[in-house]
Amino acid sequence: MSALLETVGLTRFFGSVRAAEDLNMRVDQGEVVGIIGSNGSGKTTFLNLATGYLKPERGSILLGGRDTTALPPRAITRLGVARSFQIPQLYLGMTVLETVLLSLAARAGRIGVWAPLKRSDRSEEGLQVLAQFGLAAHAGRLVGELPEGSRKLLDIALAVALRPRLLLMDEPTAGVSTEDKFEVMDTLVGVISGSGITTIFVEHDMDVVLRYSRRVLVFDQGLVIAQGEPAAVLADPEVRRAVLGHV
Amino acid sequence: MPARAPTAILLFLGALILLAAVPLVLSGWILFLLTVAGAKALAVLGVVLLLRGKLLTFGHALYYAVGAYAAGMAVKYFGVREALLLLALALLAGVAMSAFLGLLVARYRAVYFALLNLAFSMVLYGMLLKLYSITGGTDGLGIPEPTLAGFELGGSSLRLAMYELTVVLTAVLVYLTYRFFASPTGYTLRAIRDNEVRVEYMGVSVWRAVYVSYVIAGGLAAVSGCLIALSVGHITPDLSFWSQSGEFVFVAILGGTGSMLAPVIGSVLFEFVRNYAFELSPYTWQMTLGIILLLIIFFLPGGVWSLTALVVRRGSR
Repeated sequence: MSALLETVGLTRFFGSVRAAEDLNMRVDQGEVVGIIGSNGSGKTTFLNLATGYLKPERGSILLGGRDTTALPPRAITRLGVARSFQIPQLYLGMTVLETVLLSLAARAGRIGVWAPLKRSDRSEEGLQVLAQFGLAAHAGRLVGELPEGSRKLLDIALAVALRPRLLLMDEPTAGVSTEDKFEVMDTLVGVISGSGITTIFVEHDMDVVLRYSRRVLVFDQGLVIAQGEPAAVLADPEVRRAVLGHV
Repeated sequence: MPARAPTAILLFLGALILLAAVPLVLSGWILFLLTVAGAKALAVLGVVLLLRGKLLTFGHALYYAVGAYAAGMAVKYFGVREALLLLALALLAGVAMSAFLGLLVARYRAVYFALLNLAFSMVLYGMLLKLYSITGGTDGLGIPEPTLAGFELGGSSLRLAMYELTVVLTAVLVYLTYRFFASPTGYTLRAIRDNEVRVEYMGVSVWRAVYVSYVIAGGLAAVSGCLIALSVGHITPDLSFWSQSGEFVFVAILGGTGSMLAPVIGSVLFEFVRNYAFELSPYTWQMTLGIILLLIIFFLPGGVWSLTALVVRRGSR
């Protein structure tokens, strides 16, 4: 397996708070990796560093062997990295279909000033993307009118529509009810595994990590304290103490 | 949407034919007022375009003055009299100036964007005022009656020709702006209003979308300024003054930002209200305009254009 994402000595502090220190990790092509850790352990900071939103104080980030450390989010996205957010980042004044069409136009590099966004072939593809996420019925609705769960799915759909090589999801089941979380994850994993996208997801829910990741990384105060096969890692008392606060 | 599009096009064409035909029944001064309103609507359209991206400018008169003075200088120093050539020169000057200043301005947002534009417009105002030997200072520049496509026109026939030219140009530029709004860059501008961070995470340059929109808005204002120069026949530094920029924002709010036609409706309404208010009450006409703006903000926050949505909704019941 070749490494798609690699970090070497990645370090970032916020004042005296350590968000990442000497972080050396590697994610191979096609992997589905879960990241767990208590609040403030550096999970979201890692996503922000990997996507260029934050810059490290030391260390480097390699994507398919290319150094992306100094690149802005836009350039990293163009290299095939897409992300979703803990709190969905959407265009509330646009319709659901319009937001997906804009993602599709961005993927094609066609942000022109003359040809319309709503081309019939693009609209068809946009509806297919929405159907994959069970959102086709909402295509004509304003994003601001969507319930929270649907917003979460749309947030991820926008990232998947870019057909990334690497997808980073920040707490995909946050804000989703306990009964619905597996349904949401089944939908996501169904779409992602079908397209062979390498995936890293940050999650608080141990059950979700156990069920959907092939490998898990445990963050604690900016350090990776354990990694490996989910069942074995989550059974480790040290990990349970760090993540749950008890064994 | 597909069902609405032909209706909108038919309405647009109908309005265009009606506007082209009104000179048959309207008096000269109303025709002149409509010409001024149509011309200024283009500058307001630029303001509305930027507002779609949540970019409020208090200095758009800068490009309005650039267009007017580009025409004035071409007349004064090169003896150009052809209206179409003057319009092309004004457009070029407006686009060049906005392309240059946009390199800086497009990096700013909110109050910084608004005030940076204001600052640049006041710098131009100062220059137009002080460079008397070039710009005519407070006296401004006179624009002699232009030719149109080589034809020598004068008096009422020139007034009529300027009206028709304004109607056609405004219609064409409104259509082109509509196309821009329907394009991916136009949608990106709307997306920027809601969430700039997400736009960057789509791999799209926020700066580029703002810059392109800014240059288009500058070009629209320059054509507007040139049409005013040709219609009025005289230009002064006041074209670049902050109150002129404020007027464009006023009309944008009055008309609304919901449609490309809203600036036209707002502009026509504004010119008529201002003229009648001035005629009825020469010392308090600004108060009348202020009261109207307050009423619009409180009762029609979407501008006069939002009335059409109300009418359509009632009609469909």
